[in-house]
Amino acid sequence: MQVSVFYFAMLREQRGRADESLHVEAGLTVGGLYEQIFAAGSIGAMSIMYAVNQSYVSADHMLAENDEVAFIPPLGGG
Amino acid sequence: MIALTQEVIDVDAVVDTVRRDAAGAVLVFEGVTRDTHDGRGVIRLEYEAYGQMAEAELKAIAADAVAQWPGLRIAIVHRMGLVGLGEASVVIAVSTPHRDAAYSASRFAIDALKVRVPIWKKEVYADGSVWKANAGGIHEPGS
Repeated sequence: MQVSVFYFAMLREQRGRADESLHVEAGLTVGGLYEQIFAAGSIGAMSIMYAVNQSYVSADHMLAENDEVAFIPPLGGG
Repeated sequence: MIALTQEVIDVDAVVDTVRRDAAGAVLVFEGVTRDTHDGRGVIRLEYEAYGQMAEAELKAIAADAVAQWPGLRIAIVHRMGLVGLGEASVVIAVSTPHRDAAYSASRFAIDALKVRVPIWKKEVYADGSVWKANAGGIHEPGS
């Protein structure tokens, strides 16, 4: 199934792009997708928040067709 | 008024959106960019956001505050892109019937913004740059 993925801040720089459409297997969790993409990443999954369709979800949230996924690195607003 | 903007924030205009006759207290908080961090000289700051979600989270914070402090009016405006030193990166204006609620609601809003609104800040120094994370969020348990 297809999902769109958005990257921000250091994750965007590390990935070299702001967004992309990815084909993922059914049953994959949002945390699982993060580990697939940033397996050797410098930012551990413990410091990442996840958003699906622009709402925060936990790492074990199951992805669905056409989901909009965003990996939220440590925030800096304010 | 809830907004992300590339422009210098017009503080008076933001405050005017919360003024009303029943409000005995009007309070404005400005978060201003500093010129140093841990002794390193900052040249400039760059903000980016997950735009639609950031605006939705700001609106949720405003709604939470209104539910908690009846009679509250609140406006939150955050800068995006390049922000010059000494400029406001965020302005939060509140008005309430009495002052206690104004102080509490203002503090609630900036604290909530820092831990749940998807906005990021890059501090650029003469010798490098860093994505500066807020303290106290879920990212730094125990801090």
